[in-house]
Amino acid sequence: MSQKIDSDHARFRHIVRGKIKQNLKKFITKGEMFGKKGKDVVSIPLPQIQIPRFRYGHKQTGGVGQGDGEVGDVLAPGQVEGEGAGQAGSDPSEHELEVELTIEELAEILGEELELPRIEPRGKHKLEAEKSRYTGIHRVGPESLRHFKRTYREALKRQIALGTYHRDRPVVVPIREDKRYRSWKVSWIPESNAVVIYMMDVSGSMGDEQKEMVRIESFWIDTWLQSQYAGMEVRYITHDAAAREVDRETFFRTRESGGTMISSAYKLCAEMIGADYPSGEWNIYPFHFSDGDNWSNDDTRNCLDILKTRIFPQVNQFGYGQVESPYGSGQFIKDLRESFSDEEKLVLSEIPDRDAIIRSIRDFLSKGR
Amino acid sequence: MTLPRYLAELQQDIEGYAREFGLDFFDVIYEVLPYNTINMVAAYGGFPTRYPHWRFGMEYDRLSKSHAYGLAKIYEMVINNDPCYAYLLEGNSLVDQKTVMAHVYAHCDFFKNNIWFAETNRKMMNEMANHATRVRRYMSKHGVGDVEGFIDTCLSIENLIDIHSALIRRRPVKREDREEDKPQEREVARLPVQRRYLDPYVNPASFIEQQKQKLVEERKKAKRFPPQPERDTMLFLMEHAPLNRWQRDIMGIIREESYYFAPQAQTKIMNEGWAVYWHSTIMTQRALNDAEVIDFADHHSGVLGTRPGALNPYKIGVELFRYIEDKWNTGRFGKAYEECDDLERRHSWNKHLHEGRKKIFEVRRLHNDVTFIDEFLDPEFCYTQKLFGYGYNQRTNNWEITEREYNAVKQKLLFGLTNFGQPIIEVVDSNHANRGELLLVHRHEGVDLKLDWAQATMEALHRIWARPVLVKTVFGDKATVLRYDGQDHTAETVGKNT
Repeated sequence: MSQKIDSDHARFRHIVRGKIKQNLKKFITKGEMFGKKGKDVVSIPLPQIQIPRFRYGHKQTGGVGQGDGEVGDVLAPGQVEGEGAGQAGSDPSEHELEVELTIEELAEILGEELELPRIEPRGKHKLEAEKSRYTGIHRVGPESLRHFKRTYREALKRQIALGTYHRDRPVVVPIREDKRYRSWKVSWIPESNAVVIYMMDVSGSMGDEQKEMVRIESFWIDTWLQSQYAGMEVRYITHDAAAREVDRETFFRTRESGGTMISSAYKLCAEMIGADYPSGEWNIYPFHFSDGDNWSNDDTRNCLDILKTRIFPQVNQFGYGQVESPYGSGQFIKDLRESFSDEEKLVLSEIPDRDAIIRSIRDFLSKGR
Repeated sequence: MTLPRYLAELQQDIEGYAREFGLDFFDVIYEVLPYNTINMVAAYGGFPTRYPHWRFGMEYDRLSKSHAYGLAKIYEMVINNDPCYAYLLEGNSLVDQKTVMAHVYAHCDFFKNNIWFAETNRKMMNEMANHATRVRRYMSKHGVGDVEGFIDTCLSIENLIDIHSALIRRRPVKREDREEDKPQEREVARLPVQRRYLDPYVNPASFIEQQKQKLVEERKKAKRFPPQPERDTMLFLMEHAPLNRWQRDIMGIIREESYYFAPQAQTKIMNEGWAVYWHSTIMTQRALNDAEVIDFADHHSGVLGTRPGALNPYKIGVELFRYIEDKWNTGRFGKAYEECDDLERRHSWNKHLHEGRKKIFEVRRLHNDVTFIDEFLDPEFCYTQKLFGYGYNQRTNNWEITEREYNAVKQKLLFGLTNFGQPIIEVVDSNHANRGELLLVHRHEGVDLKLDWAQATMEALHRIWARPVLVKTVFGDKATVLRYDGQDHTAETVGKNT
């Protein structure tokens, strides 16, 4: 049903498109927001445009609260009304509940805000998995699935209504009609297989800032692809003059000091694909991040050759992101651009600073491949 | 749409109970709406006929997202209008609908009887529709972008109104010029002469005349406009800023709506407290049946839940109303009680007055949040409700509890409520430095303005006034004049804080 609000809503979204980049940009570059290790929960703000007015800084005024605690006790960040709170208006009584977003929801929001297309998975849909979820409450079921709280509530309601509940002897005995059970649904979902292979140049010219940028970017790419493929595999390759496979931790931490031979990484990547991921059944996404400094022209030629013959035919998309560093020459992206100007599977993106990350993510993911 | 039968019957009952308790309200028209429609209506501030603007879309975005992610849910909405409009959420359980209806009658009673609402337009539903028609007409004539842009500009200053103007007439009605109002004629200084016949030569008549002219001119310049500082900046700009007719009209619309909503912000705590007081009274003493007790208790406690860093107006309001009722039932007020320092006697003090109900009806008639808190929040209430003040600790980067002492907490609470917790800013001179610059003064109460916001607001003011805009305020103990000339912002420190 179309409503009167739709045009205002569209107008708002329209304004936000120009504005959202900044809001989301701020959000993304905040290093602390996505401690994905361990629990996979992140909370995110809604895009809001605030109309400027004369007002006080909230940090200077403080406020009044209610509850226990001594003078000097710290209030948790979420408990304090934010800057924009307290807008006067009409009188809708809203009751706030607390909620945190899961990674899936986060990816959904990311996709929506960046207008990312959903990826059309290739490969067979033959890999199917059974998935059952508890979705509702039934009146019959096995005792092991009895919902204690609901059952208790029903029994209490019945006893109060019948007048058999005594306050001084508050015994609640559920009978069969009171019992409630969890119920579940089974669904079959086609599972498509995907692997992301991250390659990073860890030679002396890549500093901490460059690595941090790669980390942020790969987190968001990971988040998006995870939302598109169940059970995605991720592999990490670092390289300087030689390439090796490493774990996630090492991938973002190590800093070598050697020279740079990009072909070593590409060779390893191609071997990996050949050995573990037959391309008919796998959606393969290699990403390579570097500062664009390669050892020699010979090696670059070697890279181009591996890409052309061994990697492109196998993968969905090959992403190359070039971060800017004070030492790198930035030549490699030019070489790639020259040699593969009409190669659809290659996506190139330059990332001069943190602010460019958001655009770069869109570069990589907006193809929907 | 009228109420479905099962709700209509309940509504009759609830209305009956509300009247029985002495609530006095306009007729209430109920609408049962599905969640997306109620989100829309809420986004429009309760008026489905409101003018188009992106911020309603933004509000809708927020509401529907909070709904979708299960963050928050709108149970009910009431519009101050005669007849009152109330919106119910479709699919709420019966006990919720009953509670909401009881809640609604109390709100409506408050709208009708509280003195701060006396001047609000009771046909606002129609007025809003008229506003929308006018705004649409301007949009089709002058372009959506221009009109919307001007609305944005006006919204930046929508809080620069005189919230007490409903009750206090600040600007004297134009009166005839009285003798003492005329500026004293100052004589032109003449050079002293020894002999009278020399006077026409020492002080020639033409020169004296010229000097007189100059004095008159100067006096004109010195005359300030407005003569007294003007709190209603919007009105001042409407009357004196170089605006087109449609712009003036739009500013008038925004100002009118701002005045309409102001009392609701001014009485948030009381209004919600009053509504909670009555829904719980009506439900627990009349309308609730046995099977509903638990659901009611569950939802009611949800409404009154508190978080440490935010004051729940529902909670504090209803507690204070109950506290007042109890005091006036037992006679715990007046000189004898105040001066009694025997704790035991104080504790068991009871004069069996039973005037509590009467008192709270009187309170709901006469007070707003500021006077309500100021008059009735006492140390005992502060202590039993565990109120505290909190502030930001720059050193540790944390929000911390800063005080529990009664006076300090009350001061902080009142500060947050006075003028909606917003700075008081007045127009002082519309011809500052004799260059047609607009000078505003921030009445500094110990807290500085948020600088970046203030500057953005000054840009909006400049768009309206079309000449440089100055704001005199205080930053970090130093009197400062902010100036925006259409290109650059400057801030000039003018000596110590006074």
